[in-house]
Amino acid sequence: MKKKIFFLFITLILILKSNYALTIEADVFIQSTVNRAANTLGGNLTKEERIKELKDIAKETVDIEGISLYSLGAYRNKISDDQLIRYKKVFENYFLKSFSSRLAEYTNPEIDVYSKKKINESYTIVYSKLLETEKRPEVKIDWRVYTKNPNNLLIRDLIIEGLSLARTQKEEFSSIINSNDGNVEVLIKNLTEFSNQ
Amino acid sequence: MKILKLIFIILFLSTNAMAGSDGELNLSKKSKTVKDCFEPLNRATFSLNQGLDKAIIKPIAKSYRSLPPSIKKGAGNVVENLSNLITIPNNLLQGDVKIAVINTGRLVINSTVGLLGIIDVADNLGFPKYEKEDYGQTLGKWGVGPGCYIVLPVLGPSTIRDTAGSFMNIVGGDPWYNASVGANNEFLNENVFLASKVLSGVEFRANNIESLENLEKNSMDFYASLKSLYLQDRQLKIENIKRGNIQIIYNDEGDWEEIDTK
Repeated sequence: MKKKIFFLFITLILILKSNYALTIEADVFIQSTVNRAANTLGGNLTKEERIKELKDIAKETVDIEGISLYSLGAYRNKISDDQLIRYKKVFENYFLKSFSSRLAEYTNPEIDVYSKKKINESYTIVYSKLLETEKRPEVKIDWRVYTKNPNNLLIRDLIIEGLSLARTQKEEFSSIINSNDGNVEVLIKNLTEFSNQ
Repeated sequence: MKILKLIFIILFLSTNAMAGSDGELNLSKKSKTVKDCFEPLNRATFSLNQGLDKAIIKPIAKSYRSLPPSIKKGAGNVVENLSNLITIPNNLLQGDVKIAVINTGRLVINSTVGLLGIIDVADNLGFPKYEKEDYGQTLGKWGVGPGCYIVLPVLGPSTIRDTAGSFMNIVGGDPWYNASVGANNEFLNENVFLASKVLSGVEFRANNIESLENLEKNSMDFYASLKSLYLQDRQLKIENIKRGNIQIIYNDEGDWEEIDTK
């Protein structure tokens, strides 16, 4: 009996310790993500290896499913289950391609994460800046981090110079659907074509 | 007479803004959508602008970028200094007297000690960061809705309100326009005014070559992406949203909350 209690006690301590170790602050999470991306972009990898690595980083750190649902806007509640499943799948491919392609343009990006603001239990905004180079001015980048599960922080939006990328994407998708009489299939087709390019 | 014109424009825009909220699918529970009343025409104008950009504006912007940094800096400073002439009356119209005084000080110092604005002496003296204001922003601040979204030939994205705001510049609202085009004297004329506006446009384009290329490459509907970014930017400027203010994010909270509760 004593042994069992001792075993349970040790297990409990280990679980608590492990949770503590896994819980990181949003700004540390962003800095670490940024460092990983910077190492990938600055390393001696081929373009394909670089893109693969960036996609892996995105899969681990970005709430792709959440962004996919957000981007659908009001149509989220109007499409069939089958369409939703297909949409989520093609969205992930689209997102990863778009994300890695956008980032792959930068070589040795220096991002300085300097502060954060907790909005509520679910969100923290992390403030950073892409440092100025000869070719471009300094760019302010804010990260909307979903913190509901402290052990699995996820990025939900990038706000560049005050402009939300998630909102821009939602409005782009809305425009595509609206111009085709509310037909979500057109969006799915466009996403598939974009991913296959 | 000018006051009557202004009242007419405001009344027209107010009506238009209300019409703009009718019948449009509201994708966010809190944010207001701006109606794209002339979408087919806007898209045609957008295509025309893209053609002009590729053939003329972008190559000029690229050449401009190859100039020595000191020349670009000086040219940028001159254009920014001139923009004070529109910013200051708009600071006053928006009730920001203190900022108007600061900007007047900036204009005087930079135009004299700073050699017609080539050197930003005020910045070196520690003046607060300069924020441009225009008549479109003032109308927005007064509660005038944006009206419909429009794409202007050459000038690009705008709204009915912002276009009306730009007209204020040529009906007496821009002292630089009045002094150059209106006065047409020995030193200043229409060409000098046009050159300053072209320089301003080229400078903007030169600063955004990569970001626009990247956006175009990764957009399925470049027109819609640019429209969204323009409208977000105007919203930020009208509400004078500073860094760290997440009002723009709160606009979309309804959507995120719905996703979280599913």
